[in-house]
Amino acid sequence: MIYNNILGLIFSNMHDESVSELTNVRTMGSILFGGRYRLIDFPLSNMTNSGIPEVGVITKANYQSLLDHIGSGREWDLGTKNGGLHLLPPFSHQKSGLYRGRIEALEGVLPFIQHSDAEYVVMSDCDVVTTIDFRPVIREHKKNEADITVVYAKHNFTNTGVGSRASTIIEVDDNKRVVSATINPDIIGEANRSLNMFVISRKILEKIVCRFAPEGFASFDKQVLQQNKANYKICGYEHKGYYEKIEDIMSYYTANMNLLKPENMQRMFLNNTPIYTKVKDSGPARYETGSKVENSLIADGCIIEGEVINSVLFRGVKVGKGAVVRNCILMQNTQIGEGAELHAVITDKNVKVGKDKLLTASTKNALFIKKNQKIEED
Amino acid sequence: MKKECIAMLLAGGQGSRLYALTQKMAKPAVPFGGKYRIIDFPLSNCTNSGIDTVGVLTQYQPLELNDYIGNGQPWDLDRLRGGVHILPPYQTASGSSWYEGTANAIYQNIRFIDRYNPDYIIVLGGDHIYKMDYSRMVDFHKEHNADATIAVLNVSLEEASRFGIMTCDSDLRIVDFTEKPKEPKSTLASMGIYVFTWDKLRKYLIENEEAGGSKDFGKDIIPAMLQNNERMYAYSFEGYWKDVGTLYSLWEANMDILNPSNDLDLYDADWKIYSRNMSLPPQYIGPEANIQDSLVCDGCNVNGNVISSIVYSGVTIEKDVVIDHSVIMPGAVIRSGAVVKYAIIGEDSVIESDVKIGASKEETGSDTKWDIAVIGHGETISSGVSVAPGQMIPVV
Repeated sequence: MIYNNILGLIFSNMHDESVSELTNVRTMGSILFGGRYRLIDFPLSNMTNSGIPEVGVITKANYQSLLDHIGSGREWDLGTKNGGLHLLPPFSHQKSGLYRGRIEALEGVLPFIQHSDAEYVVMSDCDVVTTIDFRPVIREHKKNEADITVVYAKHNFTNTGVGSRASTIIEVDDNKRVVSATINPDIIGEANRSLNMFVISRKILEKIVCRFAPEGFASFDKQVLQQNKANYKICGYEHKGYYEKIEDIMSYYTANMNLLKPENMQRMFLNNTPIYTKVKDSGPARYETGSKVENSLIADGCIIEGEVINSVLFRGVKVGKGAVVRNCILMQNTQIGEGAELHAVITDKNVKVGKDKLLTASTKNALFIKKNQKIEED
Repeated sequence: MKKECIAMLLAGGQGSRLYALTQKMAKPAVPFGGKYRIIDFPLSNCTNSGIDTVGVLTQYQPLELNDYIGNGQPWDLDRLRGGVHILPPYQTASGSSWYEGTANAIYQNIRFIDRYNPDYIIVLGGDHIYKMDYSRMVDFHKEHNADATIAVLNVSLEEASRFGIMTCDSDLRIVDFTEKPKEPKSTLASMGIYVFTWDKLRKYLIENEEAGGSKDFGKDIIPAMLQNNERMYAYSFEGYWKDVGTLYSLWEANMDILNPSNDLDLYDADWKIYSRNMSLPPQYIGPEANIQDSLVCDGCNVNGNVISSIVYSGVTIEKDVVIDHSVIMPGAVIRSGAVVKYAIIGEDSVIESDVKIGASKEETGSDTKWDIAVIGHGETISSGVSVAPGQMIPVV
């Protein structure tokens, strides 16, 4: 069933700065994830699978890879006449430019929002990887007669990683009403972490943008969730499904590695709820005689002659004879030469590691190798 | 709307020699090579050869095939002008008839072809695995000012009596053609790929229809054209080509692509074989897995031993399983302890724990006739059952 009264909005560049290693050459949304995806595949698929017929993708910089990837949106079933995919780049009209925060980004696409006759807007960033059905969120939103519904998840913050310092934490009362919002607090213990996904009534969204943007307020979380919670009916919706939040390169590393646990994989990729991505038509993965692969995710088009343990290999990766790859993430078309050894390394696209090269790091602090870099034998 | 050349793909055959695998689907829809179906090869060849208009003639069990082809988008055949067209037999004012033979199938679609007013048409089958640049064959046809061009390849003398065999003069002009000769005069075999000058073929199709008979290209049209001294040439093809019309040849063709030096390079970025994607996550290879000399596809979950085999999309292989020289089609589940050797397991079949299926030639011994074992689509083989080499379930 398609819900014509809902508009989707995806923020592809939000949080770019948190994973600058990867966003140097792309948007947050076009970061590669889980062997064959880009982060934006998740919000796009979630919206399509929730029957949202029209999705705008807001972008700001570095968006060539994003455009390449999503094209006309056909792969997410958004290549349609009614609704479909709309790319919303900066400078497309007078008020759109290089925004600083969500409110400014929304100001840049205000004509697009105003032009829609949707009643509700579902907004999502690309930093949370999950499978979520937005239909129950919208149902709750209506039932609560909310102006804004914030999707959150319970999370037990520890003192490792960025954790709560990269999250907006909300408290909800028994009626699901958001009673407080704190931005990037330094806390330890269980708290409700905003997943940067919102359902908001379109008219309210327009009013918020028109009210705060001219005054120079850029942050939605600060301006709306925190400082104006009394003026709007803001409710919370708890997402109980599996998710990973990408906050820096190490959480990116861990999020990929966590997929190696079959139970996580099953919760991330639900039956009958496919995550769509761009089709590359690569051949099947090939395991040569003498290869050894354990506890790894391997995409189509890989050719493996060596050893791959606890690793995630994207499409078209080649691992030469006698090479050993452990606890690594090797992105598209990485080539590992014969006899090379890699431990806890993240290679970006098209990296070449020469014969017998040794690259080791710790799983607590993985080594990142930039796109197109060639590490030849000494 | 004028097109220089369009393709007509004969996809209506039953494929009766694939028995259990074609009970509910037409042969061109049978999965092949991990993530493909047989029809991906001719369709991708068309696209890669610059042929953007393809009529697919369907008749036998078309549901899977129609679903699979859809609007032709995976092959870039969803075009504003041309693209893929599914052409089933239809009813007319004077009655209705099934496609009676290959020539009759094209005859019944003359109106479709005429809409494109093509100079040439290329007639293809849906039962061969190969990569071929049809545009070169059309160029050859034009250079020789031919009325018909037949793609040929050299086969062994023993095999020759299974094919249409021709004799050529030194200019490659065909002087003799015999369909499945008992005593072949040459080893130049027809691959069932024809380029015709459309005006010429159109005339022969109408005449042949009026004359009745088997209404077949090999048996009627080609001999009739030859008899009238039409300009007919043989276009010789070199490279991998395999008829997958029997269970054994289908299995063998799968084994061929495992050979790293095979001519059918599935990794060639300049001649991709396109297929409809199932949007599955990447394959997960578990801690107990041991995979050697094999192909595995998206969505698989492998935790057992896989040796010299092809594991198609979305297959589950549990721990302590042995898969050896076998073809495991999409969505099959092989439960712990099962041993599958020299076998084809059909789509979505479930092989329960400790089942034994098939064996190698050596294990079978010389006193029993060896063949591959075959489990059809959607079958469940209960725990502890043994399926002998050469046995087929269900029995067809």
